[in-house]
Amino acid sequence: MIESSIGAFSLEALRDGDRAEFARLVEAHSPLIYRLGVRMLVDEQDAEDMLQETFIKAYRHLSTFDGRSSLSTWLYRIAANEALMVLRRKRPEMVSFDEPLSGEAEVGEPLQIVDWCCMPEEELMSAEGRAQLDGAINTLPASLRVVFLLRDIEGLSTRETAEVLNLSEMAVKTRLSRARLRLRDELTAYYGERMEA
Amino acid sequence: MGVGHGKCREWLGSLSDYVDGTLEETLCVEIERHMQNCDNCRVVIDTLRKTISLYQSTASTSMPEEVRERLYRRLQLDEFLNL
Repeated sequence: MIESSIGAFSLEALRDGDRAEFARLVEAHSPLIYRLGVRMLVDEQDAEDMLQETFIKAYRHLSTFDGRSSLSTWLYRIAANEALMVLRRKRPEMVSFDEPLSGEAEVGEPLQIVDWCCMPEEELMSAEGRAQLDGAINTLPASLRVVFLLRDIEGLSTRETAEVLNLSEMAVKTRLSRARLRLRDELTAYYGERMEA
Repeated sequence: MGVGHGKCREWLGSLSDYVDGTLEETLCVEIERHMQNCDNCRVVIDTLRKTISLYQSTASTSMPEEVRERLYRRLQLDEFLNL
């Protein structure tokens, strides 16, 4: 048996094509892969297509899974590649998640210094506030967004994220830092205005 | 107003590691000492932490049941749908 963050699966059964064990794997991991798809691709139909393709490919290739990474990391890797395919169909200039950062991914200095941490939670988490959070994440270039989602939302470690995206750990840290600072700036612009209103 | 001082800008790239608690200790000590006299950097760090926690607290996108059903059917796992 091997351990995943969710449960233990029999790699032997999975490799042998055991349908019940595969169903357990799907049940445990599909909500996480779907969540990544929705956040990454925005469109729910795209996210569902990505979800289905991820598990179709996983089933086909389970016999060759070598167990060097966790099953969870392996599934995220397939999912990230599928997400990339969808993005490429929409934006052919998108090459890969591991391409060097372009100018749009550069971070400038924080634009605004407003301490909005003290705002009431109900205002921070209002429907409009939540829409702002979603909107801000969608302004990130895909190469930063995917790192932020895997590290801060899905809870993967720096090493796991590097494995999923075929990046160095240093590149993951740099991209995470840029993504977080950009999101902070976007939220500061919004909440700063709300504080002044 | 921005974080304009040379030292503040220099540390901008380290703040992410700092809030994760993975920055080396000597740099942490330097940043903490600097923050005692630099309100801008303190605000950037506090709002950076808050940004991350807001996203984490709103992360629970649930998968609709019909999406799950279509997934199981596509994978020919229908017999396990109701287990």
